Amino acid sequence: MDAKTKKLVTDPLFDNNPIALQILGICSALAVTTSMNTALLMCIALTCVCALSSAAVSAIRDHVPSAIRIIVQMIIIASLVIIADQVMKAFAYDTSKKLSVFVGLIITNCIVMGRAEGFAMSNNVKDSFWDGVGNGLGYSVILLVLAALREFFGAGSLFGIKIMTLVNDGGWYVPNGMMLLPPSAFFLIGIFIWVVRTWKPAQVEESDFTIHEPDGAHGHAEAR
Amino acid sequence: MEGLISLFVKAVFVENLALAFFLGMCTFIAISKKISAAFGLGIAVVVVQAITVPLNNLILNGLLKEGALSWIGVDVDLTFLGLISYIGVIAAAVQILEMFLDRFMPALYSALGVFLPLITVNCAILGGSLFMVERDYNFAESVTYGLGSGVGWALAITALAGVREKMKYSDVPEGLRGLGITFITVGLMSLGFMAFSGIQL
Repeated sequence: MDAKTKKLVTDPLFDNNPIALQILGICSALAVTTSMNTALLMCIALTCVCALSSAAVSAIRDHVPSAIRIIVQMIIIASLVIIADQVMKAFAYDTSKKLSVFVGLIITNCIVMGRAEGFAMSNNVKDSFWDGVGNGLGYSVILLVLAALREFFGAGSLFGIKIMTLVNDGGWYVPNGMMLLPPSAFFLIGIFIWVVRTWKPAQVEESDFTIHEPDGAHGHAEAR
Repeated sequence: MEGLISLFVKAVFVENLALAFFLGMCTFIAISKKISAAFGLGIAVVVVQAITVPLNNLILNGLLKEGALSWIGVDVDLTFLGLISYIGVIAAAVQILEMFLDRFMPALYSALGVFLPLITVNCAILGGSLFMVERDYNFAESVTYGLGSGVGWALAITALAGVREKMKYSDVPEGLRGLGITFITVGLMSLGFMAFSGIQL
């Protein structure tokens, strides 16, 4: 793997993370993270779809008139998602039932569309493929971290295997039911963004207004 | 009729697409800086949602379901083609709506114009149709659900825009600025909406 490919794959993990920085594809990121099983399956599906659709879009980029490119990309993505959905129903039926509509929603996941439109349309097949893999993995990192936190504190388990015995089963851990409800996903992703931006201050957004110290307040403080 | 009213209220408050199912989050976060823009987008979503959910219901029952094509002598189950048909219907409906508004209601077109193309890739729209399929709604229910879920989404984005307009004057810790604090706010709103979850009509 040469340096450029490596950069394409590792860059979206933290430096240019599609979820934390580009605010893309958050819909599913929040909904499927109540347990590790569903999150992992979703990550695999999204990474495959993203990589293959980027490669496919890149392969035909010179032959598609720009007026209809969006609909062509949409059809490629939708076909790949149908394949992913059917494969999942065949090999992981229970988990795919839990994912319900969110597999279908990969079609409108902005990461997939965004990479197809933003990167694959102007780069060669190999680079586009690795860029798709990288962005899929960047999405997976956030999903898996969120899912691990939510399942661990909400149900005391990981991948459905009990780690902390719940009070109901005679153990000591009182599960935090809030973790399994929608609001906690919002809080956790907010905190995750906070952590990443404290670690990499270049990502901090400019504030709309700066707080202005009135002269009077300053003088008052000195007088004391 | 009572069932429909109850479904409407449920779709607006209890099963709010944005706050309980996280659908349409990308646009929800991106376009919620100003109330006027958020309201415009909200109305556009209500209109498109109320058209596409019933339309997809007709497609599902008239073309894709097992036995739906028996009148031409073919008996096949085409439901696996669902995803591609729904997104096609949505893209086409948005396009036609755009042309229709441009021709007959220029004032409304210039207000909604910029938001309409965005809506094709809004997960809330596709999500609404997929929920309709999963829950097996009939035509009347799908009209109600489409309208209700659109109104719920519009309500949520307008409320968030209101909060964010006030929030830009506040002193937020550096790393949380912008995106981070928005998520925390949405979390709090989602907590508020959860209070509706016991409501029965």
